[in-house]
Order: sequence, then structure tokens, then C-alpha cells
Amino acid sequence: MTWTTLQTAMADHGYIASGDLAMALHLSLSLGRPLLLEGAAGVGKTEVARVLAAVKDTQLIRLQCYEGLDAAQAIYEWNYQRQLLAIRAASEDGETGKAVEARIFSDEFLLERPLLKAIRQDKAPVLLIDEIDRADEEFEAYLLEILSEFQITIPEMGTIMATTRPMVILTANGTRDLSDALRRRCLYAHVPYPDHETELSILVTRYPDITDRLCAQIVGFVQALRKQDLEKKPGIAEMLDFAAALMGLGVADLTDDPRILQASLATLLKTQMDRDAIPTEVAQRLAGKAA
Amino acid sequence: MSRVTKFAARDPGPAARMAGFVGHLRENGLRLGVGETGLALDALCHINAANPVEARRALKSVFTGCAEEAAQFDGLFDSFWMNGGRVKTRVTPTALPTLNENVHSSRDANAKGDINSGAGDISAPDGGDGEADSDGEGKLVATDVANLFKKDLRDIVRPEDIEAAEKIALRLGAAMRDRKSRRRKAGRKGDQIHFRKAIRQSLATGGEPFALPKRHRPDRTLRVTAICDVSGSMTVYSSIFLAFLAGLMRADTRADAYLFHTKLVRITEALRDKDALRALARLSLLADGFAGGSKIGDSLNTFAQTYGRRFVDNRTVVMILSDGYDTASPDSISDALARLKKRGCKIIWLNPLKGWDGYEPTARAMAAALPHLDLFRAANTLDDLAALEPELVRL
Repeated sequence: MTWTTLQTAMADHGYIASGDLAMALHLSLSLGRPLLLEGAAGVGKTEVARVLAAVKDTQLIRLQCYEGLDAAQAIYEWNYQRQLLAIRAASEDGETGKAVEARIFSDEFLLERPLLKAIRQDKAPVLLIDEIDRADEEFEAYLLEILSEFQITIPEMGTIMATTRPMVILTANGTRDLSDALRRRCLYAHVPYPDHETELSILVTRYPDITDRLCAQIVGFVQALRKQDLEKKPGIAEMLDFAAALMGLGVADLTDDPRILQASLATLLKTQMDRDAIPTEVAQRLAGKAA
Repeated sequence: MSRVTKFAARDPGPAARMAGFVGHLRENGLRLGVGETGLALDALCHINAANPVEARRALKSVFTGCAEEAAQFDGLFDSFWMNGGRVKTRVTPTALPTLNENVHSSRDANAKGDINSGAGDISAPDGGDGEADSDGEGKLVATDVANLFKKDLRDIVRPEDIEAAEKIALRLGAAMRDRKSRRRKAGRKGDQIHFRKAIRQSLATGGEPFALPKRHRPDRTLRVTAICDVSGSMTVYSSIFLAFLAGLMRADTRADAYLFHTKLVRITEALRDKDALRALARLSLLADGFAGGSKIGDSLNTFAQTYGRRFVDNRTVVMILSDGYDTASPDSISDALARLKKRGCKIIWLNPLKGWDGYEPTARAMAAALPHLDLFRAANTLDDLAALEPELVRL
């Protein structure tokens, strides 16, 4: 598979990837390196992993990072309740201590969390480590170790080697600076807001029955909106919501009804300051230009 | 630009060229190791390396690591492979015209990274006659923005002060250390049972958990980011604040420091110098425009939009040391503070004027800032700073 076939395969699954992104993804697959995707919220970073899993016809395993994420949530945890029960039951049955110990620290009592699960699959899955910048530095360091060795050591069971190497995709949107070590270990692709052409094709791919006129208007409007000084610029997901809202409301032309346009801005602008920054007149002007 | 660079016939081959390219990137500030060179060659085996578009994309994903590098990469690629950077420029150090001490070109503030300017040695003590470089035109351009008086900070701050400040900074840092982590660890006392240990230990007693090990939430340090105003109106207090910053940097390896007057400068690296005096010398080089006018709003905005995004989070205390006299509109200050506040940090404003009897924060800028502050205190001596300790504990 070359990078162009990967690009078309992704397009078949409804994801229009830029050349840079497709190339980075292709290299990440052929070199077996994790891929770090950075970009503003809502430009489709997470979607890349979902589509890649669909293209490769494999499972997507997702680890959502958050502050305070620890090994018990990310890698594995023992099922303590069952262990307690087993110990009780064993003492009634007169099982020996050694046997109990071997039994309660076995696979049966192990709760797999995403990272462990990802390296124990028969077919290499896509492992998505979402919003890595939300986890804290300590977790990042731990993750590095797993990403380089692809093995996990559980003190009670020994080292578990990866049966297959998962395709790893990390996403970040700049909540915090990532360590150089992590950046070095990964290939990198920056996912920008799409240009006019790309966004048009995304919209058409998602909503094939949209009229050409409305489609051009929506994309023009959202692109113009991104040039405004906004706190949170609308991403692709927002643009698709906006299109769905307009189609649901039966709007054929953006400039038709200022009230509907203003109301449907709820799908694009998500803070009070941004709503105030785009009053009806501005919205109308932008819509007029987009037409 | 469109023509591909022709390499000399004695060129040893693709691997050497790649090494040359990596060297070129390194010279331009990308941090790359030997591993990346190998990885890049591997990557080229997986694509059609003869196609410049493909090669560019592949190398981009290998060599870049953040958005800024990605933006810079295309230019660097062109200059190496596309016949842009093969012109040999011999850098001959030209004799610098000696200029009157009070006259400085605005160029030297702008000519960042100008390799031809002789005075580039950042660790060399500041001789006082500046590095006013001319571009060979022999003209001096009057400046309307930056007041480029040069002050040698070593005249202002004494090393003893730094030592005293370091002690205070250590204490303040310790005072702010009481934020609890969300991740629990095994500990002697704690609010939750550490199940893993409990089960392990209960095996010895036939499944009967006699000892109940606990998990607790360990302390987490807050990181201090200090932003110091060194404009004209602050001159009297700068020495104390700069000593405090220098002390803070030396006491706390995670602290961050910035100066601003009409623009914002990051001084963390300069202040981390092991030699306190040399740190101040380096700082003097950075603090162009020291004791000029101040643009608090603009500077804070710059901070909120650039460094703030990377370094300020919910475990940060932003400490602003300024008198709040601003020439620009007060709105920009409150905007900037609101933006910072959204990142979840605490904001402390230390105002030297507040120490005066009967001071009211009437400066418009100060009034605009007040609603966003977690703490607003007076500080114009090191003792005042030390007295902040109990307040910071409660933060």
C-alpha cells in the first residue's frame, strides 16, 4: 500500500486526508512508529484513528487521557472483589496457599485496560491515545516505555510481550507542552483547518444530498468565520453540525432568514464572547460574501 | 526554487546528503539526533524518494515535532534540496562603527539572529557600548516605539540580594506546595484503602485482611510564573523584584520568568545561569528598553497568547509584579487576564505602590485588573515578599 492508495482508501471511508497527513500515516504504518497528531480541537484528529481502523478492518482501542490518569486506569488492574471472594472460597475448600496465590494472580482476575488490551490482540489494532496533553508528565514517561518496548510487566505475572504491534496514534491540542522525548519517538503531522476545496469535499462526502449552492455557502461562511478574532474557531465537526442544522430546518439559502442563521450559529460558536463578537449584521455580511 | 540542487560529483551519496540536510536543520534550530537521520533514510525506502513532493512530506513527518517546526520546514527543505541555500556566504566580521553611547539604532532590537553583528556572545559581560549594528547604510533610524536606554543590571542588583531573595523564594515555593494530587499513592495515612496491597498482605493471613494499607493524595507543587514590569515608573523597585526573580529561578527549577516594558521577553534561561552575576549580564542583553514606557495590556496579551498557552495550566501561579501604570487602554489588561484565568491558573498581582499610605487602585489599568486577581498585595521590599508566605498558603 502506498500513501496515495491509503489516501483514497480513507476517502472511501469518508475521510478526506491532506497529502501531509496521508504521508505521515503511511510512514507510521510502514516504519512501525507512533504518529503524533496536533491541531486545534475539532479538525478531525480522533476521526483519523477511527477511519484507519475501518480501512485496516481492525479494532479501535481508545485511551482517553485526563489529569490523574494512572496505571490502574490505563494498563491493568486486579479485580479485587473477585480476588477476595476467591480467597474466602478457597479457605472453605481447603485449597493450599500456593495454589490460591497462583490462581488469584492469573488472567482470570486481571482487568485489561486499553494499553494492555492493545498489545494482546490477535490482529494488530489501532490504538488511539486521545488528548495525551491532558495526562500529566509522569504518565507520559510511562507511556514512552510501553511505546518503545511494547511489553508490560505485571509483578505478579511476569512480563507480557506484545503478540502484535498496534498502530499507535496520539492526539494533542496544546493544553500543555509535550516532552521532547515523546515528540522524538513519534512521527509528527500537524492537522490544520481544512482549506476551501477540502472542506467542500468533506461536506459533500458526509451529506451527499446537499445542494451545491448551500454547500458552497456553508463552507464559505465557516471559512470566513475562522478568519474572525474568535476565542474558539469552529472546527469541522461544528461545520457538519451547522450543515445538518440548516438542512434540518429546510434552509435553501443562508441569506434568506437572518433569524434562522443567527439561531443556528449555536452549532458554530460555543462561548458567550464569540456569540457577542458575531452579531446578526456581521453574520449577514459574512453569509452575503460567502454566497 | 523549482530547480533541484545539483550536488558535486565527489558527493559520497544519499546517506551523506541526508546527514548534510540534518546538519542544516540543526543549524536552524531543530533538535535532531542521529536516530532521526536513520529513520529518515528508512522512511525514504518506503516511498518514491525521487519525487520531491513525496520526499518533502515524508521528511516533514520525520523531522518536525511541533507546529512551529512544521511551518518552518518547507523553507528549510527548499533551501537545501531546491537550490536555495547553496550560495556560499563568507561571513567577514566588519569593524563595528563606534557610536555615541546614548544613540542606538532601533535595528538592534529587531535584528534578531543577525549573525553579522559582532556582539553576539551572550555570556560576555555587557560592555556598555551596546551592539548597535548598522546595515552598512550608515543611517540611524529614529525609534518611535522602544526607548533603548541600556542599563547594566549589575549596577542595580547586588549578589547578596539574590542570596537573600533565594531563601525567600524557597519559602514561598514551599508555601504553595499544598495542592493535592488527584492520583493516590500508598502512604502511611490516607483516606482510601490500598486494595492491591491489602490483598497481597491478606494472603499471609489466609485471606483475612488484618492490615489495611492506605492510599493518600500526595502534595503537588504549584509552578510559579513571574512577569515583572521594568518600565520607567518601576525603576526604583526593579532591583528588588529582579533579585527576587533571580532567587526564584535558582530556588525552583520549574519556575518561569518574564520581563516586560513595551514588549515581553522570556528571561528564564538567562536567570538560570549558575553564576549570579553572569545571569544578570545576560539579562542586561535581553532587557533592551529597560526603564522605558510600559504596555502592560499588550505584554500580558502576548504572554497569554504565546507562552501562556504552553506553560500556564491549572498548576501554575502567575505572579505579576507591576505598578499598573499603563499607557494603553485598560480593556486589554482585563481581556488578557480573563484569557489567562481561563487556563485555570491563579493570578497574584504585587504592586509596589500599594504599600503607600492611602493608596487606592485608581490607575484605570489596575481597576480593570482587580476582578481577575486572586491576590492583590503590596510589595516593595524583600521583607514584604517574605510576608506573603501565609497568604500563599491559603491560595
